[in-house]
Amino acid sequence: MSALADGLVQLRRYPSAVAGIAIIAALLAVAAWAVIAIPYGSALELWRGGAQWQQHPVNARPAWVNWFRASSLPATQRVASDPATVEVEEYPGARRLVIPIELDYDHREFPSELNVFVDAAYLELEPFLRMTWHTPDGRAIPLGGRRVSRDERISISQDLALERRLGALPHVALFADPAVEGRPRALPGRYRLEIEAVVFEPESTLGATLVSYGRVHGLAGTDHQRRDLLVALLWGTPVALAFGLIAAVGTTLTTLFIAAAGVWFGGWLDAFIQRITEVNMILPVLPILVMVGTLYSTSIWLMLGVVVAFGIFSASIKMYRAMLLPIREAPYIEAARAYGVGNTRMILRYMIPRILPVLIPGFVTLIPSFVFLEASLAVLGLGDPELPTWGKVMNDAQSESALYHGYYYWVVGPAVLLMLTGLGFAMLGFALDRIFNPRLRMI
Amino acid sequence: MNVQASVTQAGAREVVLSAEDLHTWFELKRWGMLRIGHVRAVDGVDFALERGETVAFVGESGCGKSSLARTLLGLHKPTRGRVIFEGQDLGALDAAGWRAHRARVGYVQQDPYGALAPFMDVRRILAEPLIVNGVNDAAERDRRIRAALEEVRLLPVEEFLGKFPHMLSGGQQQRVVIARALILAPTLVIADEPVSMLDASVRVEILRLLRDLQRARNLTLAFITHDLSTVRYFAERIFVMYAGRIIEQASVDALLDTPLHPYTRALLAAIPDPDPDNATHYKEIPGGEPPSLLSPPPGCRFHPRCPVAIAGRCEREDPPETTLADGHRVACWLHVGGEGA
Repeated sequence: MSALADGLVQLRRYPSAVAGIAIIAALLAVAAWAVIAIPYGSALELWRGGAQWQQHPVNARPAWVNWFRASSLPATQRVASDPATVEVEEYPGARRLVIPIELDYDHREFPSELNVFVDAAYLELEPFLRMTWHTPDGRAIPLGGRRVSRDERISISQDLALERRLGALPHVALFADPAVEGRPRALPGRYRLEIEAVVFEPESTLGATLVSYGRVHGLAGTDHQRRDLLVALLWGTPVALAFGLIAAVGTTLTTLFIAAAGVWFGGWLDAFIQRITEVNMILPVLPILVMVGTLYSTSIWLMLGVVVAFGIFSASIKMYRAMLLPIREAPYIEAARAYGVGNTRMILRYMIPRILPVLIPGFVTLIPSFVFLEASLAVLGLGDPELPTWGKVMNDAQSESALYHGYYYWVVGPAVLLMLTGLGFAMLGFALDRIFNPRLRMI
Repeated sequence: MNVQASVTQAGAREVVLSAEDLHTWFELKRWGMLRIGHVRAVDGVDFALERGETVAFVGESGCGKSSLARTLLGLHKPTRGRVIFEGQDLGALDAAGWRAHRARVGYVQQDPYGALAPFMDVRRILAEPLIVNGVNDAAERDRRIRAALEEVRLLPVEEFLGKFPHMLSGGQQQRVVIARALILAPTLVIADEPVSMLDASVRVEILRLLRDLQRARNLTLAFITHDLSTVRYFAERIFVMYAGRIIEQASVDALLDTPLHPYTRALLAAIPDPDPDNATHYKEIPGGEPPSLLSPPPGCRFHPRCPVAIAGRCEREDPPETTLADGHRVACWLHVGGEGA
């Protein structure tokens, strides 16, 4: 395979090929890192489970938007109670705990939500608690009292009674600077949430965590279900590359072998392959994929199978056949027959290697086209129901009217990754085309 | 062993290959199924080749020489007739028998560059026939590859093993082709115009190499050419083919000194002769072209071009093959019954 090795060495001379290889290498690195850092099981849980989501804000922007803003948006802050600062007073049959939680807030923008997670330990009698909000300028705002069970989320933002009493959304009213007229601004400084709890059992304890949800989250932001989009963008990379590569390899190799077998044996086999190809060429693949997805399953591996199955008898069979027909009559093939080469060896070792170098550029540019196909299917709502993929993210963004609400990052993330994939493989493919098909260099 | 000596021993030698009434026809089809006729590429050929003998098949393009070669190699199935190689009828061979037969016959083609797979290096090209024919020991293969390269004098061997065909000159390529034909130790080598695509300077070298190898290994060498001038120094016997048939066969000296068939005479007359007097002479060469093999003319196939055709006979009846002294055989009405010679 000297032609192949020579060609690959020549790649160094094309800056676009080097850039394309760099992009592909970066994507592969991201894919490898994603698979190692977030194993498949935990990726599915992060994308489909619920526990972690509670800690994420809804529809938060990526953290990098703060670089372009005059007043920075807050990130999520979590403050847990410190048992050392708890004051305890003993009463007959009960204890009174005073738990202070201090939050240093230094933004002029409001958080997106305010919750308290209570972790209580008791046997039968539920503790009772009452909360007071102390602002940096010395005001004390009572937040009401209630009984709590073991793992309870007290959603201050969704307390309608409190909202009515304060005359605004609680997480706005509690942080608002009273000195500002017109559009409200947050008052930076140290806030204190004081939880006054009464527990009725000698072994009972009570801890709490104050979460001030941010307006920015991570590198990619979150979606309407509090999911971290970074998980989908990271895990979408190996899924997309695997889909593209497997589909491209599957279709190219089988197509090549079938075309070569048809050319070599000729006769009715060749005619049969040609007729199947002609029928297959006029079948509309996308509607069939939509039909399979709607009626049967949208599993990405089923889709991959259908894509490969329809890709086998594609127009490339005609192209490969045209390239192989003169090779079949080549003197070296005749010589090989004279020294007794059998049919299989002839096809695999004598015919296919002859046209392989010419096919490599086409193969490389075929990979992103399958990646795009997978994304298109997902955008059409036929994405895999389990796996996080780029197309699924765009599908969610579209169905939640992301652009109407100004959540551009929701679309930009997966779109940029898709374009980078296309760009990387295209730059490499075009350079390979120039190397293996030298006549193109004149143009 | 010189040529003269081998000719005198000819009678005692064993027959390696014989063809009896051999026909190779190609079907012509229209729309994939309607048979509209046959191309009669080889149309009734009889001959016998003896061990250690060099013979030449000569004739112009399209006379069926190459089809005959391919039929002998088993690349075409004979439509009628038999080929017997080392006592075995090729028509009766099974798959294993064919494999064994192919190992016993070497093939040297016309276009050395086309005859070598461009994506294989010399080592691979020479290893392939061995692998295909069951030499599974890599060390044994390597030994035989080196021996073959030494035999065709591609030296130093080490330098050529890793080279690809495009890195070799035409002569070197043809040496690799010859090495490949010999690596399975055949008894018969069929060389189809082995030098016609080479530079004149390299031709003699390749012909000498072939002759040396033929002598060293006591090969039967069937040499197919359209060039009578090279044959003279090379072959012991000559078969002259015309329109799918052998029309005259004889030892080189007999055929060149006393050509009997009018076509052979014409062929010999067409050999360029570096004589300045030629400028003032006009050679008598029959006009016209070889006949269509789809519908050859009735009677003698040469009669439309023959300057001495016998009206009323040559265009009606096929001339029978007449054997004259010293195994000189000719198919021509002029020589039936020994008259006319």
